[in-house]
Amino acid sequence: MRFVDEFRSADKAHALAARITELCEPGRQYKFMEVCGGHTHTIYKHGLEDYLPEAITLVHGPGCPVCVIPMGRVDDAIHLASQPDTIMTSFGDMMRVPGSQGSFFDAKASGTDIRMVYSPLDSLKIARQHPDKRVVFMAIGFETTTPSTAMTVLRAKAEGLANFSVFCNHVTIVPAIKAILDSPDLRLDGFIGPGHVSTVIGCRPYEFIAASYGKPVVVAGFEPLDILQSIYLLMLQISEGRSEVENQYTRVVPYDGNLAALTAINQVMELRPYFEWRGLGFITHSAMRMRSEFASFDAEVLFDVPGVRVADPKACQCGEVLKGVLKPWECKVFGTACTPETPIGTCMVSPEGACAAYYNYGRMNRHRVVEVELSQP
Amino acid sequence: MTGQGTNWVDEALREHEEHAATEHPATEQPATAARRRGRPVTQAEREQQVLDRIEAARRRRPRIREERITMSHGAGGKASRTLIEAMFLDAFRNPLLAPLEDAAELRINGSRLYLSAGFVLEEGFAVADLSRIVASMTAAAAVAGVQIVTGDTKVVERGKADGCYINTAGVGVIEHDLTLGVATAQPGDAVIVSGPVGDHGVTIMLARGELDIEADLSSDTAPLNGMIASLLAATSGVRAMRDATRGGVATILNEVATSAGVGVVVEEDQIPVRTVVRGAAELLGIDPMYVASEGRLVAIVDAAETGPALAALHAHPLGEQAAVIGHITGDQPGIVLLKTAFGGTRIVDLLVGDPLPRIC
Repeated sequence: MRFVDEFRSADKAHALAARITELCEPGRQYKFMEVCGGHTHTIYKHGLEDYLPEAITLVHGPGCPVCVIPMGRVDDAIHLASQPDTIMTSFGDMMRVPGSQGSFFDAKASGTDIRMVYSPLDSLKIARQHPDKRVVFMAIGFETTTPSTAMTVLRAKAEGLANFSVFCNHVTIVPAIKAILDSPDLRLDGFIGPGHVSTVIGCRPYEFIAASYGKPVVVAGFEPLDILQSIYLLMLQISEGRSEVENQYTRVVPYDGNLAALTAINQVMELRPYFEWRGLGFITHSAMRMRSEFASFDAEVLFDVPGVRVADPKACQCGEVLKGVLKPWECKVFGTACTPETPIGTCMVSPEGACAAYYNYGRMNRHRVVEVELSQP
Repeated sequence: MTGQGTNWVDEALREHEEHAATEHPATEQPATAARRRGRPVTQAEREQQVLDRIEAARRRRPRIREERITMSHGAGGKASRTLIEAMFLDAFRNPLLAPLEDAAELRINGSRLYLSAGFVLEEGFAVADLSRIVASMTAAAAVAGVQIVTGDTKVVERGKADGCYINTAGVGVIEHDLTLGVATAQPGDAVIVSGPVGDHGVTIMLARGELDIEADLSSDTAPLNGMIASLLAATSGVRAMRDATRGGVATILNEVATSAGVGVVVEEDQIPVRTVVRGAAELLGIDPMYVASEGRLVAIVDAAETGPALAALHAHPLGEQAAVIGHITGDQPGIVLLKTAFGGTRIVDLLVGDPLPRIC
C-alpha cells in the first residue's frame, strides 16, 4: 500500500539499525525520550525495539493526551454531563479514563448522556439536532487537537449556536518537557520530538532544549522508519558533539509551524496561570482556557464546576511512568491490579499510554523470543 | 454512579497483595536465586518476575467487578469473556460446556437434552438481576433434566432493548468421527485463514457514515458449511475451526493459545487483508486482526496436511485467497506472537472493549 509500506521497509530498517550500532561508543549507555504517546504506540506495535542495540533505551514521555488528565477533571466532566438536559460529547479514548467515581463508560451506563465523536465539529451537529439540550464538548489534547476545538468554537459563534459549550482541558507540551528536564530523577541524552504537535507549533519552541540544556531534539514522524531514522540522527548529533533541533518529519512539519492554526487558538483561548497534570502535579502556564470574549461557550463559566482536586490512588505510579523514571512493568500494580480492563492509572487506558502499549504489545520476554526464533525451521 | 470508584481500586489492590503474599512459585525464580547468592538481579530477570506475576493474575478465576452491564461486555474482548466465564459458565457448568468447545463436538448421548441460551442485555442492566435470572434458569434446567450447553451474548445500547432478552433453542448435532476443538492444537500445526480478514467490520464502520470515507467494499457474510464440508472431506488433519466474527482473528488465536496451552506465531505479511480495509484501518488507528469477518474461518491443521487443506480451500469460491498465516509452537504457551512486516516482534492480546479510534 502506497504511503505506508515505504515507511515500514524491513531492509531499510536493518541498514539504519547497523548504522545506529556503529555510532554507539563502547561501554556508553544512551537514553532517549519519545515525548509523544503516538511514538510509544508505533514503537510497540511494530516491535521497533528489536532493532536497537542494548546500549540504547527508549524512555516513554508524557505526551499522551488522556494520560495527563487528572482524576478531578474527569469527575468535573461527569458532573457536567449529569446536569439536566445536558449531552456531553467526547473522543473515544476518554471513555475509559477513571475518575474517582468511575469513567464516562460507567456514567453512560447509569443513564448520563455521553456520546462519542470523531471530531469536535460533530458536537455542533448534535447541538443543532437538539436545540432543547445543552451540548458540552470534553476538549482534551495537546496543540495537535487544540486548533480543531478553536475552529469549532469560531464556527458555533458564527452560526449563533447558543446551546454549545466547551469544557477546555487542552494542555501544552513545552512546559511538560521543561518539567522533565528540571526533574532530578532522570538523565536523558536526547528527545524524539512530537510530530503532530509540531505541525502546529513548529520546531522553534524546542530550541531552548538544545541551547540551554545541551540535549539534541529530532522531531519525528509516526511510521517505524521515521522513528528509527530519528534515533540515528540523535546518535549522529551526539557522536559529532552537536545539540540542535532537527526536523525529520519534513513531509508534514513546517519549521515555523502552522500560523493559521496558531491564530485560531490565540483568538479563542489563552494560557491558564497553572493546571494540574496527572502524576506531574501543578505546572505553570501549561494549559489553555477560553478567553472571556468566548465566555458564552465556556462550560466552566456556564456551569457550576466542583473543581475538587482528587489525589491519585496511592499505589498508582503513573507520575513516575509519565516522567520516564519507571518503566511500565516496574510499577507495583502493573498488569495485576491495574490492567486495560480495569485501569487504576491513566497510562493503562489510552492505546498511547506507555503501560497499555507495553501490556498489549510488549508483554513478553524478548530474550525468550529470540530463542523461539532460533528454534524455528 | 455505579460504584466503580475508589472502592474497587482498594479491593483490586487488596486482592493483588493477598495473592502476592500467598503465591509461592514451585521453582525458585532466577531473580530470587540471584538475591540469595548476593548476585545483582539483572533487568531481564526482574522483568521475567513481573511477567510471571501477570500470567498468574491472568489465570485467576475471572470476576465481574461492575455492578451494571456496559457496552464493553458485548464487544467480544476481555469483559465479554469475564461475563461469560464468571456468570454463565459458572452457573451452567457441565462437562460439555467446560472446555468452551465448538458445537460440532457435541454428541447426543442417552436421553439427555441440550439447550442453547442467547442473551440480549441492555446497557446498564444490573448484574445482580442477571445473576438472579441465571440462578433460576439453572434450577429450572436441573428440574427438567436439560443441560444448557451453548449460547451467545449481546449487549445493546441503553434504550435499544428493555433490560434483558433470552432466546433458547434445542440443539441437535450430526455425529462424525473427528474430534475438533481449539484445545487440540499441537506444536508444529499450521494456522490457516480462509480469505481476506476484516471486510465485514470495516464495511459496517463505513456504512454508518460517521467517518466520511467512501470505499468500494462489501461485507464477506457467507455460509461456511459448503467450504467446511469440502475441507473435512479433503483431509483428516483439521484439528479446529472457528469463524472469525466479533473480536476478529486475534481473539480466535488467543483462544487457541489459552485452551491448548501453546504459543501461536503469526507472520503479519502473510495475513490476507484487502488494501481498502488496510487503508481504512490505518486511518482509524485500528488493527484488522481485531476486525470482524462474517464469512471467514481460521483453521488449525496438522502441518503435514497443510497442502491438501489449502488445495481444498482454494478450490472453493469462498477460500480462493486462503493462506497459512503462522504456526503453533510449544514455547511461550498462552501467548500469540506477531512478527511484524517491519521485522519486529510483538504480542497480540485480547481486545479490551470495542476498538476506539484514536484522537491524534
